[in-house]
Amino acid sequence: MKTPIIELQHVTRTFQLKRNQVITAVNDVSLSVAEGEIVCLVGESGCGKTTTGKMIVDLLKPSQGHIFYKGQDIATLKGEARKQYRLGVQLVHQDPYASLNPMRTIYQTLAAPLQHHGLTQGEAATKNRVKELLEMVDLTPVNDFLDKFPHQLSGGQRQRVSIARSLTVNPSFIVADEAVSMVDVSIRISLLNTLLKLKEKMGLAVLFITHDLALAKYFAWEGRIGVMYLGRLIELSPARQLVEKPQHPYTRVLLSSIPEADPDVTRQKKQIELRSMDVPSLLHLPTGCSFHPRCPFWEGEQCEKVVPEMVSFSDGTSAACHPVQRERAAEMVQA
Amino acid sequence: METTTKTPGVPTLSIQNLTVSYQAKRGAVQAVRNITLDIQRGEALALIGESGSGKTTMGLSLVRLLPSNASISQGRLIYRRVDAGKPVREIDVLALKTDELRQYRWKECAMVFQAALNAFNPVLKISEQFADTSKAHGYIQGKALEERAFHLLKLVRLEPSRVWNGYAHELSGGMRQRVLIALSLLLEPQLIILDEPTTALDILTQRNIMNVLKDLRTQLDFSLIFISHDLSLAAELADRVATMYAGEIVELSDVYTTFKNPLHPYTIGLIHAVPTLAAHRDNVTSIPGSPPDLINMPTGCKFHPRCPLADERCKRDDPTLETVETVNGAEHKVACWHWKSARAKLTSER
Repeated sequence: MKTPIIELQHVTRTFQLKRNQVITAVNDVSLSVAEGEIVCLVGESGCGKTTTGKMIVDLLKPSQGHIFYKGQDIATLKGEARKQYRLGVQLVHQDPYASLNPMRTIYQTLAAPLQHHGLTQGEAATKNRVKELLEMVDLTPVNDFLDKFPHQLSGGQRQRVSIARSLTVNPSFIVADEAVSMVDVSIRISLLNTLLKLKEKMGLAVLFITHDLALAKYFAWEGRIGVMYLGRLIELSPARQLVEKPQHPYTRVLLSSIPEADPDVTRQKKQIELRSMDVPSLLHLPTGCSFHPRCPFWEGEQCEKVVPEMVSFSDGTSAACHPVQRERAAEMVQA
Repeated sequence: METTTKTPGVPTLSIQNLTVSYQAKRGAVQAVRNITLDIQRGEALALIGESGSGKTTMGLSLVRLLPSNASISQGRLIYRRVDAGKPVREIDVLALKTDELRQYRWKECAMVFQAALNAFNPVLKISEQFADTSKAHGYIQGKALEERAFHLLKLVRLEPSRVWNGYAHELSGGMRQRVLIALSLLLEPQLIILDEPTTALDILTQRNIMNVLKDLRTQLDFSLIFISHDLSLAAELADRVATMYAGEIVELSDVYTTFKNPLHPYTIGLIHAVPTLAAHRDNVTSIPGSPPDLINMPTGCKFHPRCPLADERCKRDDPTLETVETVNGAEHKVACWHWKSARAKLTSER
């Protein structure tokens, strides 16, 4: 098997709140993303998806565990190798209103990284490259955009600039954290299509963080979706399989709760009831499987005491749930 | 200003030719343009559309909470209160004086805002918040208020004793939203406006709020307008859907018609632009272009620069919202020159 572009091995991240209060935002997460692959991380707020993204781009250090970039532990990278990693992995932020410098024109924003890293020689070459980048993100005619300031652009256009900026340094991996949640429904899809086109063209791998499962399915069509709950990755499966045949009870509850843009479907949808509506505090996580106090399929002692491991099945799905693993014991494959 | 009439079955609110604009440096922003709409008693109406389509401005103007740079240049708002055994009381909302307006707000028409945390006074306990509102409107106090509030908090599936003595910041986003919904019901208003009631909430919390709203509608008698860019919320909760674009209602019909047989190219595009769990990837397409500049509006139909069916007439003449004939005789209004062929053309191309 080829070396994954990014690999997380048992990564945990804790935050100290007060003297005696420690929360575990990300708990023992292992995940690898292959070259050119799309993985979506889905979960509710506070589940650790953003923290995971930040650790991958080295904005936060893991408290435990290791993250590998092309097989090398990013904590040990130095000098040129570290620079290659920092250039190779880029982040697209959620809020295009906050992530662009309001004092810089679009040209200045996009030219700065090119010049700083010596990726283009001379003014003319820089300008050509900037134009190329704008074209790649479908901001055309490009001459209309070069001298504009962010406030002259719509939210969707700004997010395109933000994507173009992440592409200036020719990355091989992009972390997009809720990158389309701030733009209008009518243009979300075209933004995602631009990302998909770039992925095809440049062989980019993308980690797309979102709370919208329908959007995740659309974007990760050929890729995978991972579901997080209270800091843990609880299911990781090929995108369409995850939506059509969810394994983990939490994923099933989520899917049954999502309203759909079709009155017949949504009003007849059978909702799975939770045992409790209360989301446990990260400060006092339940023992065993952290979903057990709310889980409709909870099966007693094992769920309450033993943290379920992530197990893969022969159809490519994997889930961290005792009852599911018992039921599908015959299909389990060794990792 | 009050007049009494005795017509039964009258709409709770009639919006007539409402036009609202904001004064900006570049010129007047025409946020709401000539909207006429009746809110029927007990119905839930969804206002959908992208940001900048005028949904929130329209909601704000119904309770006259527009910012100071906005002006209602034209139109009438007639609210009708119906109490059992009493004649219908008609209120001309735009003619209300300041003190009358304070009574109208919350008692007749309550608006629940998007950011639920900002809607509470941070130094008041939830109990004081209820008492405050009640006092301002000369409503019940003390034990009677507590009983009523507990009843409402139970209706929105909260444990009253848990939230009653707490502060807003101690509650989760979903709980706050539910407290606010309970508070909005306190004075038995006949119209409630919800602005993006589930945006910024988690999936399971959203589901909970939706179920609460559905419950409330079966138990209490009030009309509901909810403003949302989330089509699935409209599909779940609405009786009727009004699609807004560039400050106008471009399509109005019952919820099933909106989703199954939409006629306006914008509504059709919007529905296709939202990926659903069941949808195949190839069936999702986005609407080209971006929303119009509300200061320099396009000529003719405001959607024509983004519309695949636009022709010379669309560029020249602005279509008005017309009632179209439907198979089952249900109300269906659309503002498009090509409504007869739009659906067939736009669905076959895909």
